[in-house]
Amino acid sequence: MQKRIYGIETEYGIIFTPEGRKTLPVEKAIRFLFEKLITTEHFLNVFLENGARFYQDTGCHPEYATPECASPKQLIIYDKAGERILEDLQEYAEEKIREERIPGKLSIFKNNTDFVGNSYGCHENYLVDRDVDFYYLAEQLIPFLVTRQIYTGAGKVFQTQDGIHYCVSQRAQHIYQKISGTTTNDRSIINTRDEPHADRERYRRLHVIVGDSNMSEYTNFIKVGTCSVVLQMIEDNYINKDFTLRNPVKAIKDITYDVSCKRRLRLDNGREYSPIEIQREYCEMAQKYIEQYPVSDEHKEAVHMWQHVLDCLDTDPNKLDRKIDWVIKRRLIESYIDRNGTSWSDPKVFMLDLQYHDIQRQRSLYYLLERKGLVDRVFGDEDVDKAKTDPPPDTRARMRGEFIKLARENSIQYDLDWSNIRLGNLLNVRVICNNPFETDTEKVAELVRTIQKTNLRKTSLSKLVIQS
Amino acid sequence: MATFIRSRKDMIEGGSRSERLLYSAAGGDQKQKAKGGGEGEESAESGEGSQKLAKKGEELKEEMDSLMDEIDSVLEENAEEFVKNYVQRGGQ
Repeated sequence: MQKRIYGIETEYGIIFTPEGRKTLPVEKAIRFLFEKLITTEHFLNVFLENGARFYQDTGCHPEYATPECASPKQLIIYDKAGERILEDLQEYAEEKIREERIPGKLSIFKNNTDFVGNSYGCHENYLVDRDVDFYYLAEQLIPFLVTRQIYTGAGKVFQTQDGIHYCVSQRAQHIYQKISGTTTNDRSIINTRDEPHADRERYRRLHVIVGDSNMSEYTNFIKVGTCSVVLQMIEDNYINKDFTLRNPVKAIKDITYDVSCKRRLRLDNGREYSPIEIQREYCEMAQKYIEQYPVSDEHKEAVHMWQHVLDCLDTDPNKLDRKIDWVIKRRLIESYIDRNGTSWSDPKVFMLDLQYHDIQRQRSLYYLLERKGLVDRVFGDEDVDKAKTDPPPDTRARMRGEFIKLARENSIQYDLDWSNIRLGNLLNVRVICNNPFETDTEKVAELVRTIQKTNLRKTSLSKLVIQS
Repeated sequence: MATFIRSRKDMIEGGSRSERLLYSAAGGDQKQKAKGGGEGEESAESGEGSQKLAKKGEELKEEMDSLMDEIDSVLEENAEEFVKNYVQRGGQ
């Protein structure tokens, strides 16, 4: 598929640290976060003007799902916009907490693990062709997903019985299966959840739950860009090599403990490759592929970055200390240890690890590096500002976003999900949009006009369904 | 979009050499790192070259010191307690 819909769901970690005896349960802290967005509804679930969804997820995590995006770069801009939206809500919540006279601090982290070994996810969603056999697709994709952590990992200081390790990935330790349908236990590399929020005959949803949440724009772009190219190659039956790993779940854990990225893994066919070598094979195929098949400029860019990153990993991973999260963070920690004459077991080291992921820019170590010009960026602040309020112009999210704006201006009652807009007194007027590429906002405007004419706010129409 | 990027090469290979060196200087052995980063553009053997590098090294050290000072000023004071208390319910 040349045209594809992309989405990322990010679960955030949240904690309130009291400065006295009085504390605040996390449920209440989250309620404060939502207060600015929702005033009447009971459920903490809301669609935003940029088309995204913001809600409370399993385990009391605030979760932001990007709107449907049409390209990898657009996707990571909307993912970043989610951080900024949450940062605004956090400021509002902190004010509320002050009003309640509970001294303390609210912290929100974009990472995937806590101190005792719980995990919360960053799920990537790719719309794929229904014609492609899912298990073929999964088998082709798994060796790629297992080994890509060497340039997508967010890094983690990890204490085990035999000492302190710096791991490449936050999430790798929490993966127990190749493919499964669950997300809260026995997590897998690929999840079988198939909710395309689109025409089921044509599309399915590929739900990848193995990835880390990324702070670095470069890392996030290369994560989505390379995966998307590999998917396109699989859909076009272009991959002609077999990298099936003998034990992918063990491999994913072995790789995360190996910062050299060169430890060899056994394939099903008995041969042994390092993660860099497996990635190189995919990357070389992709280089040929983009010469022969129609591919977007962004995808070409991702493939060039991919090659550059693999070259650096091969020679000296520290060359990526502006680009790849796990390397950026490790260099930061090493510098701190060096400068302060301390060691990896210093509790401050664990704090550095955590605070790198703080979304509050004045406290976050990632954003400190960004302010100092020490990390590479792939878009500008103005792109993120725009994405906070405006939906993507080229997907269905545009209809949703425009609708929300109009409905709010006209105080119209409504209810939304990804492919439905319902409104009116009894929510009996409905727009169904099963095509995520549809952008016809005129339909939405017309609907709002109809409502205004018939004054639906007072009287209810008989059921009206507009299929778009 | 992406007005931040000056050129494609820039985007792929990223920041300028001096920016990279600055960060590398944090690695401890500054002199060696600075030499390694020169990649023959400046001859480290020549007197002029090493003077330049030494000067650059000093600037980098200052920058690095200021970065580390800023980290100290934002880093959570009760690090040990904070980290231990950072317990979440499992998510998806």
